Amino acid sequence: MITDIVGLLAGALFYSATVFLVAAGLQVIYGVQRVVNLACGSFFVLGAYMGTTFVTVSQNLGLPPILSLIPLIAAGLSLFFVGLIIETCLLRFVYKQDVHFQFLLTYAIALMLDDAIKYFWGSSPRVVQKVYTVYGQIDIFGATIPNYNIVVVICSCVIAILIGYMFTRTRFGIIVRAAAENPDITNALGVNMKVVFAKVFTLGTVLGTLGGALVIPSRAAMPDMGWELMMMSFAVITIGGLGTMRGAFFGSLLVGIVRSITIFVVPQLELLIIYLIVIAVLVIRPQGLFLNAD
Amino acid sequence: MILRSLMKGKILVGIMAGLILLFLPRIATEHITFVMLGVFGFTLAVLGFNFLFGYLGLLSLGHSLFFSLGAYTVAFSMRQSIFSMELIILITILVSGLVAILIGAICVRYTQIHFSILTFAFAMLFYSFLIKFYFVTGGDDGLRVLTPHLVGTNFADVPKMQFLLREYYYYTLTVTGLTTWVLWRIVKSPFGLTIRAIRNNQVKSEYLGISIWKYRWATFIISGIYTALGGALMAPVIGNVDPSLAHWFQSGSLILMTLLGGFAQFVGPVLGALIFTYLQDFLMSALHYWRFVFGALLAFVVIVAPEGIMGAIDSFLKKIKGGV
Repeated sequence: MITDIVGLLAGALFYSATVFLVAAGLQVIYGVQRVVNLACGSFFVLGAYMGTTFVTVSQNLGLPPILSLIPLIAAGLSLFFVGLIIETCLLRFVYKQDVHFQFLLTYAIALMLDDAIKYFWGSSPRVVQKVYTVYGQIDIFGATIPNYNIVVVICSCVIAILIGYMFTRTRFGIIVRAAAENPDITNALGVNMKVVFAKVFTLGTVLGTLGGALVIPSRAAMPDMGWELMMMSFAVITIGGLGTMRGAFFGSLLVGIVRSITIFVVPQLELLIIYLIVIAVLVIRPQGLFLNAD
Repeated sequence: MILRSLMKGKILVGIMAGLILLFLPRIATEHITFVMLGVFGFTLAVLGFNFLFGYLGLLSLGHSLFFSLGAYTVAFSMRQSIFSMELIILITILVSGLVAILIGAICVRYTQIHFSILTFAFAMLFYSFLIKFYFVTGGDDGLRVLTPHLVGTNFADVPKMQFLLREYYYYTLTVTGLTTWVLWRIVKSPFGLTIRAIRNNQVKSEYLGISIWKYRWATFIISGIYTALGGALMAPVIGNVDPSLAHWFQSGSLILMTLLGGFAQFVGPVLGALIFTYLQDFLMSALHYWRFVFGALLAFVVIVAPEGIMGAIDSFLKKIKGGV
C-alpha cells in the first residue's frame, strides 16, 4: 500500500517538475507580454531533440554518462537564440493586434517549429542510451525510484528558486515585474520595452527547452510529445491562475498528482486524462486558485 | 455611380463563378474537378467556422471535431446499411447538433483564450477517442466510406471516379449552394445582426436586453452543424475517414482558409477554401515539409494581412471610391 503511494507520488513529482518548467515559460511570457504562447510545447520538443544530440555527441567525446546532465542543460540553454529570433522577427509585429491574432501567430510558429524539428532530426523517436540507468535507483518504502527522476525534481526546484530570486532581487527581475504590471508607465520611465520583451520571450523559450532536455533520459524524443505538455501547461496555468509563478508551481504539483492517481485507478484514460483535466479545470474554476497570490 | 457599377461587378463575378462551377467537369481536367469536390466540403466547414469567428468573435481551435464528426457519421451510417445521402445528411445534422448543444453549453460560457483552449481540448479529446476505441471507430486506420445513394438512386454500376466527377459533383454543388444560401439568410437576419452587435460591444448588447449566452450557444450550434456537414460531404470524396480529420492540424487548416480569404466578408472564407485547397493539393505533392509552408503562410497572413484577400480587395475598392 505505502509502496504504491510512494511510487505514485514519485511519478507525480517527476511529471510535475517537467510540466512546471513549460508552464513557467508560458507564465513568464503571458505575465509580461500578455501573449499566450501556443508554441511552448514545440520548444519542449526542440529541447528534447537537441538534448539527444548534445548527449550523443558528448558521449562520443568520452564524457561519462553520469555527467550527462551538463550537456542536457547546455542543450536547453543553447536554444535561447530560437526564442530571440522568433520574438524579433515574428512576434514583435503583432503586439498591437487583436489577441486572437497573436494567438494564431504562436500557433503558426508551433507548426513551423514542428516541421523544422522533423527536418533536422527526422520523425522517428530518438533516445539516449545509458544515462537513465547510470544514476541508479533508490528504494523508498519498497518502491523503486530511479535516481534520475529525483535529479530532475531537484533541478526543477533549483530553477524555480533561481527564477524567484531573479524576479525579486535582481534589477532585471524588478523591471520585468514592473513591465508586467504597467507596461506604459514602465516605458515612460525610460525602460526599453523592446529589449525587455525580447529577453522575456527568450527566458520563456529557454524554460521550455530546458524542460524538454531534462526529460530526455527517461523517454524518447518524439515529434508529437509537445502538445500533451502544452495542454497540461494550460491546465496548470489555469489552475494556478494566469499570471502568478506561485500558481504555476502549485498548479504543476496538483496536475501531476491528479494525473498519477487517475492513471493508477483507471489506466485506460491515460490519453484522455490530459484533456479531461483541462476541461474540468476550465469549467470548475477558470480564474484559477491563486489569482490573488502575487 | 461607382457604387452601382461595383454592385454590378459583384453580380457579374458571381454569375461567372456560377457558370464556371456548373461546367467545370466539362471544361477542366479530372484532377481539377476532383479537387473542387474538396473545396465544396471545406466551404461549408469554413462558413461554419467563420460564423463563430468572424461574426461572433469566438475563435474555435477545435472545429476539426465537428468536421471529423460529420465524416465519421457518414461512415457509421453506411455501416448500419444506411446509404441514402439525404438521410445521412439529416443524421449528421442531428448528431452534430446534439454534440454542439452539449459542448457549446460548456464552452460558450468562456471567452477568448479560455474558449479557444477548451475547444482545442475537446477536439483532441475526440481525436484520442477516435484512436483509442478502435473497435468502434477503426482506430488509426479509420473507416471506409462507400458510395452513397443520391436521391434514392444507387450508382453501384457507375465507376467510382466518374460518379464522383459527375453525379456527386452536381449533388454536392447543389447542397453546398443551398446551405450557403441558408447561412447567408441567417447572417442577414436580425439574428445575424445581433451576434455582430455582441461581438462589437458586449456590454451594450446586454444593456439592450440581449441574452449573450443564448446567442452564443445558438451560434455555436449552427457553426458546428455547418462544419459537420462539410465533413460529411467530404467523406465519400476521401473514401476513408481517419482520426487525423479531428487533429488540431485540421482545425488550423480551417483557420488558415478563413484568414487567407478574409474573415470579415461572407465569401472571404469561401475564397480562402478555394485557394487553400488547390494550394495544398499542389504543395503536398511537391513538398515534404508543407506544414512549415502552411505555418509560414499563416504567420504571413497574421502579420501582414490579417484581413485576408477579401479584406485587401475591400480596402482597395474603398480607396478607389475615394472614401476613408
